[in-house]
Amino acid sequence: MLKSAEMMKTLALCTALVAVPGAVLAQESAAPSRDGGYGLGRTALPEEIAAWDIDIRPDGQGLPVGSGDVWTGEELFIEQCSACHGDFGEAVGRWPMLAGGFGTLEGEDPVKTIGSYWPYLSTVWDYVHRAMPYGAAQTLEDDEVYALVAYLMYVNNMVEDDFVLSNENFLEIAMPNEEAFFMDDRVETEFPLFTVEPCMENCAESVEITMRSMVLDVTPDTEEAAEPAPEEAAVEEAPAEPAADAEPAEAAPDPELVAAGERLFRQCSACHQIGDGAVNRTGPLLNGIHDAPVASREGFRYSPALAGAGDSGMVWDDETLAGYLADPRGFIRGNRMAFAGLRSQEDIEAMIAYLRAASTE
Amino acid sequence: MTDTPNFTPSRRQFLAGAAVATGAAATGKLVHAQAMPDPAITEMQPWQQYLGAGVDAAPYGVPSQFEAHVIRRNVEWLTADAVSSINFTPLHELEGIITPNGLCFERHHSGVAEIDPGQHRLMINGLVDTPLVFTMEDILRFPRENRTYFLECAANSGMEWRGAQLNGVQFTHGMIHNVVYTGVPLRLLLQEAGLHGDAAWILPEGADAAAMTRSVPLEKAMDDCLVAFAMNGERLRPEQGYPIRLVVPGWEGNMWVKWLRRIEVGDQPWHHREETSKYTDLLEHGEARRFTWEMDAKSVITNPSPQAPITHGPGPTVLSGVAWSGRGTIPRVDVTIDGGITWHQARMSGPSFDKSMHRFYHEFDWDGGPLLLQSRAHDSTGYVQPTKDQLRAVRGENSIYHNNGIQTWAVNEGGEAENVEIG
Repeated sequence: MLKSAEMMKTLALCTALVAVPGAVLAQESAAPSRDGGYGLGRTALPEEIAAWDIDIRPDGQGLPVGSGDVWTGEELFIEQCSACHGDFGEAVGRWPMLAGGFGTLEGEDPVKTIGSYWPYLSTVWDYVHRAMPYGAAQTLEDDEVYALVAYLMYVNNMVEDDFVLSNENFLEIAMPNEEAFFMDDRVETEFPLFTVEPCMENCAESVEITMRSMVLDVTPDTEEAAEPAPEEAAVEEAPAEPAADAEPAEAAPDPELVAAGERLFRQCSACHQIGDGAVNRTGPLLNGIHDAPVASREGFRYSPALAGAGDSGMVWDDETLAGYLADPRGFIRGNRMAFAGLRSQEDIEAMIAYLRAASTE
Repeated sequence: MTDTPNFTPSRRQFLAGAAVATGAAATGKLVHAQAMPDPAITEMQPWQQYLGAGVDAAPYGVPSQFEAHVIRRNVEWLTADAVSSINFTPLHELEGIITPNGLCFERHHSGVAEIDPGQHRLMINGLVDTPLVFTMEDILRFPRENRTYFLECAANSGMEWRGAQLNGVQFTHGMIHNVVYTGVPLRLLLQEAGLHGDAAWILPEGADAAAMTRSVPLEKAMDDCLVAFAMNGERLRPEQGYPIRLVVPGWEGNMWVKWLRRIEVGDQPWHHREETSKYTDLLEHGEARRFTWEMDAKSVITNPSPQAPITHGPGPTVLSGVAWSGRGTIPRVDVTIDGGITWHQARMSGPSFDKSMHRFYHEFDWDGGPLLLQSRAHDSTGYVQPTKDQLRAVRGENSIYHNNGIQTWAVNEGGEAENVEIG
């Protein structure tokens, strides 16, 4: 663990080097302190602090009482985490890999996982609890977090499958890579090298290009967007109001409802695509999902639970979509969608309206 | 109206024009004569004839429609999805030192929190005499300061560690913006709660779904950190932390916690995810630096650059760029157009603030031949921006973060620029 004195030393060195603020600031005076404070704000209640103070430290400060075992963790992980992180923490696509990577840190392709890189187990507990599952943060019970952390230790070969993690044994665990971390030493190691007056003339005999980015060709194409659309450029007068005949046809969905659904869909867009050019990603593409048979998207690997529902003839109509969106895990048990569900009937209606509208665009 | 005057030619047309001009230069005839009258002058333009929009056509003004290409851009393959991702400031389209609010790059870990300021609270707890809760109204009753600071993501230029990769200054250097902040010094808020004698660190925390946290040493918190509520004269944009964000001058952007809801005071660092698994610098032999907070001095030429080629042929040419340091001001920038054989001191222009972006220029007569452009920043501590090879010699190639190496653009006879490395 970092010693405070060590940190002060580095800071002192840095401060000594930061000498002159800009002359422009000469007339600037700092906002004044007031003895005894300004008397603003109010005392935080213990319940309020308890609601927000969720952080955990390597010394165990903040760790709640609880426990969880590897097998429970595995079930939770498959259900709530594997859509992005893979069944064993191996990762899907570019989502973070959580397991493996041992012995890779010195090589050309370091794989920084919980097991190969993270210095403290408390960080895993804190982060899973505060920010996961992605899109449903802080929905896990303390025992569930213990179980998930136990499973993550298991897939990183740190424990056997009968392991139970609890607040009792938490501090006994040391992470394999803890000793590899050290305090920023740029002031000592780099400043002497990088504070030398550089050459200004005849600095080299000749210079050659050794590497070109065009060879890689991984830069997004920005050319077409760089040209303003001529139609827009030709507007003579600013349109003051939308044209009167722009009223939506009667059969069209309520645009406000669709817009509300579109906003809600941001929660889904980490895994699902819809509209022009949509493809299967972590979740299946959703074009035409309304009235489609369950688990009918070609090329997508569904969970056995969802595939089973499809085989039994289930169709995504208003009723089934509403049930699924309200409680994905309860409505089709054992499916892999890592989403806690929409809270209100209004949100569900908006989402269904958006799914229908976006499909037909 | 279909006969739109073509005064915004495409980049390709620009390049074709440049090629013609270069040809003229080769024959020694760079003339200013105009064979035919310019229709931009001789023909009536619509805006000279018809009435324009009234005062309320755009109650919140937007740029000219001809600047529609000046936008933040994403590199899709970098991240798994757009909710936990980053986009880039179009540095090649900007002038001076201030980044307009709508062009400040975004980095979110769980998307943009849309916060009702009436429902926002800032809590201070931990090693304090009185844990406190502030409303936005409370925060606005403290004395405030105005300061101009750059915010650079530690991963800026991170894709370039192993070599030239992305072909555009927006993508190689666009994880930075420079903004005038209005905010309350953090020390006033901490003093309000009263610090215990063993207080040594703070943990700022965001109200977004990532509940972003970082450990910040108390010395920095009491020195120059701000709790900012405004940027460039208006309230923070949602994507920049509305209604309040932490400002940690000169230090890596990840520490500038957005949507700030809580500050815990403690006696040790927390070692949370963003300061262990991320934002630590893996060196050779597998060891890793942690708490690399300060951003080293850095500069880049924004024009010409791959997205901003020379379009005008030989003759007077403006080279422009920006420089910054997390440790002070930038009194000097050196520029070379021949790959570092000869260097020239650039001309600094605009205000020079501590830990703020600086603008530099180098005007020269382009001979129409190939160029190798580089810039090299000197900061007020005497630190000189290193080459990428110098950095690799110390840190290896796996660092990702804190790449402040010198950038090279190769310009060809057509004026097109490319991201390259030289040796």
